[in-house]
Amino acid sequence: MPKPLLEIERLQVDFELHNSRVNAVKDVSFTLGEGETLALVGESGSGKSVSSTAILRLLPEFASTQGAIHWHGSQGREELLSVSSRRMRRIRGNEISMIFQEPMTSLNPLQRIGRQVREVLDKHTTLRGQAARQRVVELFEQVGIPDPHRRVSSYPYELSGGQRQRVMIAMALACEPRLLIADEPTTALDVTVQAQILSLLKRLQRQYGMAILFITHDLGIVRHFADRVCVMRHGEVVESATTRELFASPRHDYTRMLIDAEPHGRKAPIAESAPVIMQARDLKVRFAIKKRLFRPTDYFDAVRGIDLTIRQGQTVGIVGESGSGKSTLGRALLRLLESSGEVHFEDTDLTHLDSSTLRPLRSRMQVVFQDPFGSLSPRMTVGEIVSEGLRVHHPELTRKQCIERVAEALQEVSLDPAMRQRYPHEFSGGQRQRIAIARALVLKPRFLLLDEPTSALDRSVQATVIELLRTLQQRHELTYLFISHDLAVVRALADTVVVMKEGRVVEQGDTEALFHSPREAYTRELIRAAFLDQAA
Amino acid sequence: MTTDTTTLTSDTGDLSAGDSLGRDAWRRLKRNRAAMVSLVLLIFIAAACVAGPWLTPWGLNEVNWDAFRSPPSLEDGHLAGTDANGRDLLTRTLYGGQISLSVALVATFVSLVIGVLYGAVAGYLGGRVDNLMMRFVDIMYSLPFMFLVILLMVVFGRNILLIYAAIGAVEWLDMSRIVRGQTLALKRREFVEAARALGVRSRTIVMRHLIPNTLGPVIVYVTLTVPKVILLESFLSFLGLGVQEPMTSWGVLISEGVDTMQSAPWMLLVPSTFLAATLLCLNFLGDGLRDALDPRTH
Amino acid sequence: MLIYVSKRLLQAIPTLLIVITLSFFLMHLAPGGPFDGERQLPAEIEANLRAAYHLDQPVWRQYFIYLGNLLQGDFGPSFRYKDFTVTELIAQGFPVSLELGLWAIALAIAVGLPLGILAALHRNSSIDYLVMGTALAGVAIPNFVIAPVLALVFGVLLAWLPVGGWNDGHWRNMVLPVIALSIQQVAYIARMSRASMIEVLGSHYIRTARAKGLSEREVIWRHALRPSLLPVVSYLGPAIAGIITGSVVIEQIFGIPGIGRYFVQAALNRDYTLVMGTVVFYGILIVLLNLIVDLLYSALDPQIRYDD
Repeated sequence: MPKPLLEIERLQVDFELHNSRVNAVKDVSFTLGEGETLALVGESGSGKSVSSTAILRLLPEFASTQGAIHWHGSQGREELLSVSSRRMRRIRGNEISMIFQEPMTSLNPLQRIGRQVREVLDKHTTLRGQAARQRVVELFEQVGIPDPHRRVSSYPYELSGGQRQRVMIAMALACEPRLLIADEPTTALDVTVQAQILSLLKRLQRQYGMAILFITHDLGIVRHFADRVCVMRHGEVVESATTRELFASPRHDYTRMLIDAEPHGRKAPIAESAPVIMQARDLKVRFAIKKRLFRPTDYFDAVRGIDLTIRQGQTVGIVGESGSGKSTLGRALLRLLESSGEVHFEDTDLTHLDSSTLRPLRSRMQVVFQDPFGSLSPRMTVGEIVSEGLRVHHPELTRKQCIERVAEALQEVSLDPAMRQRYPHEFSGGQRQRIAIARALVLKPRFLLLDEPTSALDRSVQATVIELLRTLQQRHELTYLFISHDLAVVRALADTVVVMKEGRVVEQGDTEALFHSPREAYTRELIRAAFLDQAA
Repeated sequence: MTTDTTTLTSDTGDLSAGDSLGRDAWRRLKRNRAAMVSLVLLIFIAAACVAGPWLTPWGLNEVNWDAFRSPPSLEDGHLAGTDANGRDLLTRTLYGGQISLSVALVATFVSLVIGVLYGAVAGYLGGRVDNLMMRFVDIMYSLPFMFLVILLMVVFGRNILLIYAAIGAVEWLDMSRIVRGQTLALKRREFVEAARALGVRSRTIVMRHLIPNTLGPVIVYVTLTVPKVILLESFLSFLGLGVQEPMTSWGVLISEGVDTMQSAPWMLLVPSTFLAATLLCLNFLGDGLRDALDPRTH
Repeated sequence: MLIYVSKRLLQAIPTLLIVITLSFFLMHLAPGGPFDGERQLPAEIEANLRAAYHLDQPVWRQYFIYLGNLLQGDFGPSFRYKDFTVTELIAQGFPVSLELGLWAIALAIAVGLPLGILAALHRNSSIDYLVMGTALAGVAIPNFVIAPVLALVFGVLLAWLPVGGWNDGHWRNMVLPVIALSIQQVAYIARMSRASMIEVLGSHYIRTARAKGLSEREVIWRHALRPSLLPVVSYLGPAIAGIITGSVVIEQIFGIPGIGRYFVQAALNRDYTLVMGTVVFYGILIVLLNLIVDLLYSALDPQIRYDD
């Protein structure tokens, strides 16, 4: 065990909120050695971010912190919760730096990025003028910002999310800190960018010899990245061990559950003679970006000519990074967006149908969206939401029959039918996603578009939703079009995979074949980024 | 960190079964003491204005020949004194309140109807139509409206219906912008797309999914429009361009009070107090409603 | 930038045309003419006068004549002040109104902004409650109530300052009208800057600034102040419009010879040309001021570039 750098003892954080007290962190202790990487892992609400933010005393005013945080820094051993705020400021950004989850909003939008990095040097070093400017350029080079001489005078809005996170890292490293606290630094980024940022952090850690406290919900990253792991749940550390030990022999049930929650299993193949249920030929979607009165409109081509065949009982996975056009493709197939090219569903050519001739078909092709908070109308009860489709497609049903059908659908997604009188905001993310599935199922569809249905959920909840989707597919012989950026989930669910980039298909084929021997460089890059742990 | 704390608060702030957002907001409003006091006071002022003139022993234009410009006193029954013509000031102020409040309600209603319809249509149709409709609103915004209203009053004479219409026509602009913004944001929400995927008709989507969800901001805006309209009407009346004798309004009374404020300050103070109290309460209530309906304050 | 300015000026043309057209035709709908005054004019003279004012022409001709004259800065003759043109009256009154308005807006910013920021920095303290309570009163009490009360207290009871009049802009005459005119805007600006400062202080980049080791003062001066000014700057347009409208009553109450007072008197006397001229003049003024405010905003926010 290396020399200890940070020792947290019995940390407790409470939030005072309108006469009520929330105990966000209760009794957390761990130690971080010099040069070591410790991962704090947990699902949302586990208190992992709060604990890490408490170290630099950056929690909002209504938080009260107890316990002890011992720091072995330039002044010997000191207790961070009781040092003067003047001393605290000497530590922040100098001995301990922090990077955050939100790269898009963590930089001051009104200041040039070079100046924002130089401010740290101004504060903590004696570098001034030309020497300081030189150091900023050097830092930009180290974190891989292209054309650093010019970039120093850019504003944040001119940079992509990945580049902004690089600027944050440059800022954090400016004074060569002994400890870097990284709070979900890659969660908001695409997988390939995520992989680049992680390897950048690894390289810089070796170069500067600093310790990293890495906060994440992603066990894949942990396995690849951390020396030791603390698993947190409900504000407590339930297990801490070296990474190897933890994955080899998890001791706590919750850890085991988290590890098991990694998607696994494979889809049973379908008969090759299965009939085609949906087919698209040369499908294109373009959006008008800027409509002007007297000048030609600017367009953005989101989907640029795609052919697709989906057979009965099949699950077709569509993967790609943000902006690849995968969601647009899904919406165009259901004719929720204007498109050109042909779409056939069952025996019908959808291409020239208008909304009223399309309506009867809608009960057989349904959709479940990503956002469990945005996909349910907040002012309707669950019963009203689930029965809305019945009112359109089966106006002949009596009220009682309607209620029965709704109850049936809710039971099917393992929800209590008595919940139909409640409103969506009373449910958790996973429950809302079940309601959204019930809304689609109540119409007894044959084809289901699943647009990132599990992406907004914690891993453990995700696993149960995936299990539900599997069961439903078998029970009702459903056909799925599964859109996701998460390759692990797609691998576990899909028969065939379509890889999209910039509105085009890069590669498509049988799931296992594609994951084992990808033909295209882009596919290889995606897979490498997504399965970090297996590559390492 | 923010995500952590918000999930935590939503976990502890557990809600009982079958609770609608509206009732939830009402409960939060009830905790806001300033807003509740304002609400009670507003109801009291409104009730006094409606019923008051029957309760006071004097009529609107009834002259007490024994009391010209007499200060407030209990003995002669003129609780708020009399004006230069010997008319009871309290009676006149309550009458004036009827006019001021009714102008406020009618004009707000006019602006509500025009604004909600215009905004919802522009937002839902989107594209070129939206562009054109909002361009028109932009142009209207940059007109010196107050002055056009005055011009209107000058040309067509001081007609109370005209005041209703003119003020309503000014105030709908903000409302339409708010509703349009809401509609645009809601249109992109996935529950609207889900409804379209279910085959729900456009009209039903607007009525069932869009308009109910714009209600929150609209209610808040209405409480903020009412004081603005009261102020506008008083402003016009103060200049002598609003309602005319024999009718009166708070603005007219204040204007009369200004002329005599040295000799009879109560003539300025009584109507001013009513006006200021009403405006203050409406502002408190609007602020309270905004906090209660803002999802971020849960 | 230059292209943007000229584009904005071009876009202002339809707005101004609407103002002009609307007011022109409203005026022509008005009952009565300029010469059905006190005494009957001989028919011959009236005909001559009508010709001189182009009143013998069809309305649409008159409209274009008026437009043409406007382009040359000629708002036509006043109906009441027979010896003056509307342009002359505006030229007399405008400098007075401008001086009053500029002081008022300066005072509104100089007082409202620091008060709002102070309240935000001491959120939920007694300072905050005091500032916001006063601000709410400022929003709720109209300036035509505040102005006479100020005049009563400081002009009559204490007799520190003159109750009215302009006295060629002597500072003693200006104090009360400027305060009365700015109080409402002080309140709005204080409320707005408090809200935006609180929002900015909760943002992620402020957390970043603190994580850098900056002191609270550095965080506020270097990172929080400028972003929190943005909504206040965009409110300046409405604030200026509010002050211009307010000046109409304030000039009336304090007897100040600005265009606001001319306007009210013209409106009460049905001096159609003067009313209309003032409306058009205010229209142009508001359009120009909005443009200046937008340019100021772009100077603060690098994301807004007017090169399109």
